[in-house]
Amino acid sequence: MTDNAPTRVAATPTEATGPAPDHLDGVDLESWGLGTNNATGLSNNKLGMWLFLGSDCLLFGALISTYLLMRHRGTGIGPEDVFDIPFTSVSSFVLLMSSMSMVFAVSAIARGDDQKLRLWLLVTSLLGGTFIAGQVYEFTSFYREGLGYTTNLFSSAFYSLTGFHGVHVTVGIIMLMSLFVLSLTGRLKQDRAETVEIVGLYWHFVDIVWVLIFTIVYLIP
Amino acid sequence: MAIVERPTTSEALELEAGPRHASPDDALGVFRRPQGDTGWRSWLFTVDHKRIGIMYGAAALFFFLVGGIEALIIRTQLAAPEQEIVSADLYNQLFTMHGVTMIFLVVMPIGAAFANFLVPLQIGARDVAFPRLNAFSFWCFLFGGLFFNSSWFLGGGAADGGWFAYAPNTSVIFSPSHGMDFYAIGLQITGIASLVGAINLIATILNMRAPGMTLMKMPVFTWMSLVTQFLLLFAMPVISVALFLLTFDRLFDANFFDVSAGADPLLWEHLFWIFGHPEVYIMILPAFGIVSETIPVFSRKPIFGYEFIVFSGAAIGFMGWGVWAHHMFASGIGPISVAAFAVSTMFIAVPTGVKILNWMATMWGGKLTFTTPMLFSIGLVTMFTIGGLSGVSHAVAPADTQQTDTYYIVAHFHYVLFGGALFGFVGGFYYWWPKAFGHMLREGLGKAHFWTMLLGFNLTFGPMHVLGLQGMPRRTHSYFDGYGFNVWNLVSTIGAFMIALSFLIFFWNIFVSRRDARKPEWVAPGPDPWDARSIEWMTASPAPTHNFDHVPVVTHRDEFWYRKYGETDDHRIVRIAAAEDVAQTGHRRDVHLPAPSYWPILLCASFPLIGWGLIFNLGIAFAGGALALLAIYGLAMEPADDPDGGHGHHDGHADHTPTDGSDAAASPTDGDADKETTLVD
Repeated sequence: MTDNAPTRVAATPTEATGPAPDHLDGVDLESWGLGTNNATGLSNNKLGMWLFLGSDCLLFGALISTYLLMRHRGTGIGPEDVFDIPFTSVSSFVLLMSSMSMVFAVSAIARGDDQKLRLWLLVTSLLGGTFIAGQVYEFTSFYREGLGYTTNLFSSAFYSLTGFHGVHVTVGIIMLMSLFVLSLTGRLKQDRAETVEIVGLYWHFVDIVWVLIFTIVYLIP
Repeated sequence: MAIVERPTTSEALELEAGPRHASPDDALGVFRRPQGDTGWRSWLFTVDHKRIGIMYGAAALFFFLVGGIEALIIRTQLAAPEQEIVSADLYNQLFTMHGVTMIFLVVMPIGAAFANFLVPLQIGARDVAFPRLNAFSFWCFLFGGLFFNSSWFLGGGAADGGWFAYAPNTSVIFSPSHGMDFYAIGLQITGIASLVGAINLIATILNMRAPGMTLMKMPVFTWMSLVTQFLLLFAMPVISVALFLLTFDRLFDANFFDVSAGADPLLWEHLFWIFGHPEVYIMILPAFGIVSETIPVFSRKPIFGYEFIVFSGAAIGFMGWGVWAHHMFASGIGPISVAAFAVSTMFIAVPTGVKILNWMATMWGGKLTFTTPMLFSIGLVTMFTIGGLSGVSHAVAPADTQQTDTYYIVAHFHYVLFGGALFGFVGGFYYWWPKAFGHMLREGLGKAHFWTMLLGFNLTFGPMHVLGLQGMPRRTHSYFDGYGFNVWNLVSTIGAFMIALSFLIFFWNIFVSRRDARKPEWVAPGPDPWDARSIEWMTASPAPTHNFDHVPVVTHRDEFWYRKYGETDDHRIVRIAAAEDVAQTGHRRDVHLPAPSYWPILLCASFPLIGWGLIFNLGIAFAGGALALLAIYGLAMEPADDPDGGHGHHDGHADHTPTDGSDAAASPTDGDADKETTLVD
């Protein structure tokens, strides 16, 4: 490159990638962006889950807003007539504990301990299942006390909000059980630890949402 | 789904060695993976972002015809006073279906078409982050749109509550046909498509940019797509909730919008417009991105104030969340709310105005060439400015209470959506047509298209300003003689048919240009027919399946231009290389790409079944649900990458799928590692 020449030299027709900057020496350009060199440092899968959870915040935000608007507007049976705070506190505690067992599961597969992974996946599923069973029992007893889905504004909003959360927990349990089966058949090894971690993100999110719902719906009068 | 996208390399190698029927992947897959990249099957099962983009565009143009015919019937009905070409009831269905179709099934999908086709090319990636979910998004949108339109035949009347479907008009009492059920469930399905697409494209843009392409080196279209996808990500769940509440009200007798039970119908308006106003920017920002690409190319100058364009786009993305209640000034939300939202609405005109000024400053002093894409881009700048100005007039709340529900509003939003978004999109079609199909559209016909469309558009919607200020209400199926509405309505109808003519020219252009390209004397336009600036022009036309032979290393904004042009010491810009010498040939055959899949289209086929089932017979819904469950597991358990390869590539099955590269790095055998090194330059 002489002084008067253009400052940039065109790439040759065959090697049209252009000169690589120094800091990219030794970087595998073929697999760029496919996992190891991601700009965010997160894999696509994990980033995708984070984005989904961000979106889900707005879903629950809208549902909680709807509930807050509705709960005192209608007539008939109200929250204070049906809620059994001690019972729901226990099932909330159960769900919170499942977050801890989920952490143990993520830690187990990171260490490559398949036995412990399956144990903690099972425990997490069972705790989640206990919570769902509690919700089914709660809904049934509310229904017996005369609070059907169509009874009044409070009932429609309450069942919709907690029902959506229940569906989220159920989907989480299905994912956990799928992981359990995958691990049993030997298809979930240490190199896929991130898969468990991503399901864990979802699970923790569902738990955090429940903390909000329990506080806003049950505890704040 | 997280479980799935990552087969280990050792597993893929086992497959290759062992008999296929014994492999664990086949055990969970009902079918063999689809093969090949020709024939109609290759389109149904493709995961290639370019084909998906083209299908988005084709499907949107189909729905554009449907919505256009609805518009022509509306304009024919209104051509003269006191006509009864359609009944009032049918008229309600026509304007509702026209609005919903044009917004959700035309403008949004065309934006998705451009984003899908262009974003990976513009950032130098091989595909999007989740190729099969990309196919899922498209089929989900298409089946959702078809489901929604099936209400004409199955619903006992199509949706008739207006596109924003105010409660309690949409309750079973006031809208007894199944039309609104189709509306609620149909939009729910297309909403899933938008949400999944948003996750996919954000992950793609954030994670998969070519080396050296920092955020502030990205082409403006990619930036605007990123903002749009974030808006979708956060707006879709809100309308999902609104639609769920409506569905539960209509199908399961819930009380959300039942005023007699004490409900407040304003809830619907808030939920809808918290989605609905970001939606406005979801529709316009991709078109802003398109003209930000075309105007610099045809002015032969870099974009003026790149940072301002980018940050004003991002500012619109944030501020778009704080203006929704200007749609509700007439609904009694109280003076403080009205004042606050009036101010925020005036304020959001600022970043939009910044963009207009940037485009004009880009053209200022440039060497303008008035090609068809440039004409349409200038059409956007001018027409959108008119629509933007009438938009600011709505921000003045007292004026708005006069204008609301009149034809003035109809004029305003057609100037921003048709004059803005659609002009930009059509310009984008002309501009990127060679990159998608390998041949240009004819310039002469393109210019004829532009001038008839511009004239027809202004004849149709310009007079609506006058009609609205004269007090003609929107959404009434006729008007009396002697109100002074006759002349402008007739003019408007003539304009509507002129728009129809302009699109006939467009479709004719598509047809003859394709025919031209098959003649022996035809000359291929080459990789870079417009002397463009961004790197999607640095690969062959049409873009090969693998996009780039080598992932380009980016050192400049407008990278491709800097490879073609240099600056001498006395600051003259000189050409240093021909485009053909810089551009890649697209001949490479050893890039391993994600394999096609049956599951996305099967999964999406279950959604209309669930929808019809919820409305007519729960048995069908359960059948659809079972299919969905099966397809979700099929999709989840199938490796994103088929060891048999679907694209005729012959490398050693190193995992180059855009999933998670840790697999490829996990445990390659020696042979595989050898082939891997041959791929690394």
